[in-house]
Amino acid sequence: MQQHILSILIFIPVLFSIPLLFFKKEWEKQIKSYTLFVSLAVFILSLVLYFTFNTELQDFQFVEKTVWIPSVNSYYYVGIDGISLLLILLTTFIMPISILASWNTIKFRQKEFYFLMLLLEGSLIGVFAALDMILFYVFWEFILIPMYFMIGIWGSENRIYATVKFFIFTMFGSVLLLVGIIWLAFQVQAISGIITMEIPRIMTFSVYLPLDKQIYLFILFSLGFLIKVPLFPFHTWLPDAHVQAPTAGSVILAALLLKMGTYGLIRFSLSLFPSAFIKLTPYVAVLAVIGIIYGALLSIVQKDMKKLIAYSSVSHLGFIVLGTFALTQEAMQGSVIQMINHGLSTGALFLIVGMIYERRHTKEIAQFGGLMKVMPVFSVVFLIVSLSSIGLPGLNGFIGEFLILIGSYNSQNLHSSLYTILSSTAVIFSAVYLLWLYQRVMLGPLEKEENKAVKDISKFEMSYMLPVLFFIVWIGVQPNTFLKLSESSVKKVLMNYEKAKTLMETQGNEKK
Amino acid sequence: MQPQILSKITYFLPETVLIITLIVCILADVILKKKSLVVSGLAIAGLLVSGYFVYLQYGMEASLFKRMIVIDPYASFFKFLFILSTIFVLLFAVSSKEFRDAEHKNEHTYLFLSLALGAFLMASSVNMLMMYLSLELVSLTSYVLAGYTKKEKRSSEAAMKYIIYGAASSGIMIYAMSLLYGYTGTMNIYETARILTATGTVSSPMIIIVLIMITAGFGYKISSVPFHFWTPDVYEGSPIPVTAFLAVTSSAAGFSVMIRFFATTFLKSSAFVAGSWQIIDGIKWTEIIIVLSVASMIIGNFVAVWQTSMKRLLAYSSIAQSGYIMLGLVVANQAGLTAMFIYLVAYLFMNLGAFYATMMIANRLNSDNIEDMKGLGYRSPFVSISMVVFMFALSGIPSTAGFIGKFYIFSALIEKQMLWLAFIGLANSVVSLFFYVKVVKYMFLMKPDEGYDSKVQYGYGGYVMLMLFAVPTIFFGLYFVPLVKFAEASASFFGLR
Repeated sequence: MQQHILSILIFIPVLFSIPLLFFKKEWEKQIKSYTLFVSLAVFILSLVLYFTFNTELQDFQFVEKTVWIPSVNSYYYVGIDGISLLLILLTTFIMPISILASWNTIKFRQKEFYFLMLLLEGSLIGVFAALDMILFYVFWEFILIPMYFMIGIWGSENRIYATVKFFIFTMFGSVLLLVGIIWLAFQVQAISGIITMEIPRIMTFSVYLPLDKQIYLFILFSLGFLIKVPLFPFHTWLPDAHVQAPTAGSVILAALLLKMGTYGLIRFSLSLFPSAFIKLTPYVAVLAVIGIIYGALLSIVQKDMKKLIAYSSVSHLGFIVLGTFALTQEAMQGSVIQMINHGLSTGALFLIVGMIYERRHTKEIAQFGGLMKVMPVFSVVFLIVSLSSIGLPGLNGFIGEFLILIGSYNSQNLHSSLYTILSSTAVIFSAVYLLWLYQRVMLGPLEKEENKAVKDISKFEMSYMLPVLFFIVWIGVQPNTFLKLSESSVKKVLMNYEKAKTLMETQGNEKK
Repeated sequence: MQPQILSKITYFLPETVLIITLIVCILADVILKKKSLVVSGLAIAGLLVSGYFVYLQYGMEASLFKRMIVIDPYASFFKFLFILSTIFVLLFAVSSKEFRDAEHKNEHTYLFLSLALGAFLMASSVNMLMMYLSLELVSLTSYVLAGYTKKEKRSSEAAMKYIIYGAASSGIMIYAMSLLYGYTGTMNIYETARILTATGTVSSPMIIIVLIMITAGFGYKISSVPFHFWTPDVYEGSPIPVTAFLAVTSSAAGFSVMIRFFATTFLKSSAFVAGSWQIIDGIKWTEIIIVLSVASMIIGNFVAVWQTSMKRLLAYSSIAQSGYIMLGLVVANQAGLTAMFIYLVAYLFMNLGAFYATMMIANRLNSDNIEDMKGLGYRSPFVSISMVVFMFALSGIPSTAGFIGKFYIFSALIEKQMLWLAFIGLANSVVSLFFYVKVVKYMFLMKPDEGYDSKVQYGYGGYVMLMLFAVPTIFFGLYFVPLVKFAEASASFFGLR
């Protein structure tokens, strides 16, 4: 079973989503339990990956390879390294939680909703496991469809505008990605003599592509990823999509879909075109720093809770991009762990907003105040999650941000520590917007009549918040459990960069 | 001479079967004197027999009737395509309300057959006169079909418009052909190629003018810009089976003759070597195709965004789709041709499917307005989900056949370093999302109006038909090796090696 574990993980959700279509609409309980059962089974199966993964190896593991499109040598080719392992585990972990979060909040068309959830889960695992460019592209694009419906059908008032914007923005990036994939394949064919779509194999050739071609290819690939991340100034779809999406949609969007972009940057942009990566670092890093500060500043002034968290995502994701472009072991490790942290913390924040919305049917911050008096347990949960997102030592957010800042401060690739200094201001801003949010919602006098009858967090809600809190603390206290998973993979990625750097230097010397 | 023709008549069996079927259908219609499924059944049986003979011929190469027409894998590929689409459209017609209400009995059956016959000849003719005649056979039949429901004012108007545009463009084409004949002294396209190569004076502007004029005839058949003006009106006015037939079969026939004409006439004689075409120096016909293709994509997609009628939307979408298909011809090599074939097969399933779904919906709602489809996803989920599949396929989203078609087309372009053209094409697919997704949006994201939210039920026949289109659309999107192999094998012309 172990050699097929990845296929099992991808196709169990996809195949087991089909029986849902034949369920009767009235069997609400069965629909929900069935989906939860499938997603929990996938989670347990994904633990096999965790326990049998060899952290010493740098190569891809659990590899499966079958011919798919012979004419362009495209394979059904999946396999994982430490980075994708962490993201797959995050996916399988977040999915059951989002299903539980939708349990009482999705009240109509449940069958279709849970069907789409399972499709999403399968294709997300596919994206993180694919090692063939075409296969990756198919999964990457397919995710748009369930997400489009999820925001468009179960979202709030302005959902159609938001979902169309999301669709068109990402589609635009994907189209460039497709051109990039095909062009790269032919460029590599020109060097190596054979056409191939396998990422590990292309990696060994694409490093030697001339710099100008690498730069074009880098732009073609990365624009798609940076739109997905989203990096300033491509971020405008994100607040709309987040605000309009149902709670589960927001959680999946923030925790998983945005990670596709940062994952793509590492797996493709960096691994395939390291020279262009080095060359274009200043531009992307400047955008990342602008995004970090701009996102944080905008968060402070938001009146809507979901919008506040959405902009904080822009800021946090900027950190991850900066860490990736710093190209040091610490910063890259920090970026990877920060992807997980952001998934947990921001996911949890969206869950919290979802709970508040469920009780009061508004997300406007001004409507609240003094909720601590009626929701004592909830206020503790909210506080922990906020602090984790701010980056309080002892909780997960600190580890990621700390590693990124340390790693990028001394980064050769960034040339200047100014980036780091500027970005670290955002750590203070994040304390401002999140604590101020907490203060306005939870503290103060309980004035509004409607708020007096609000119920505290229920046991059911606690059941899916606790696992998240558990990992928030675990990563904060014992980060090494997770850091060691990605260590050798990050080393390998950076080796590629060192290779390109020496290559660029020798080429530079030859010109002189 | 007589025996020589007779000995080769076996090669003409597919067409002969079609002619016999046609006559039998007319007789059956006269004898039965009422609307009957028997006639359609006979027609389908005849098509299947004809298909069997095409299958026997597949891979052979021969020329017959004094090099009027040829048999080669290329022609056979298109014949398969025509047979498949004609059978589908005949099945369409059975459940069409417009046909049921029409006062005619079974005329459409043999009109479809005669159009298929014309298309067969178009795909295999290598003589300009033959090309023109077969094209006219297809056109004349289409005029009648477009005005089939003659009491319907829109239908008659559509037929009228169609005739005027058709007459004008085929007139231009025959005039250009006569010019070319005057220049080379032959109607055979292989001879033309030989003479053009030999004389070496081909860079004269006359050739370019002739080319542009001939393209008018082909462009009109495949509804490419700027010969597309008839398309939206005719698509809107004609009964839906006819529209589907025009959009798929007639347009594929146009492509078959267009590709053969350009690929054969303007190549250095016997220059189909190692997968690339040696175009005769000085005649840059691919540039004409680029202009037509880009214009079709841009105008088709941008105008489609504003359409409110589903039929008109599909009309503009067809215009844009011919633009994509023509991109394969621009590349002018084996890869481009293969890509076109793959796209045409994908297009057959997804476009016919879209038309069929539209017909099912229009039959019940008595309207093909997109706004009336509000919330249809909840009123008739099966039809709507199929429609979503077709819409996503037409816009080229992965895991559908449409993506495979686009993937191969753009691969061929990028391989030939025509990156900018690939960009235009792909940017256009983003634009096309606006209207394809608009249909999905109305069906699933919007709620039906008050009082219009009852379930809309259909018979099982309709569902089976939808599956016939939807299943291949998805299947070829996931596993397309056989399709690619078939297309690669078919990209071979008579006498070109």
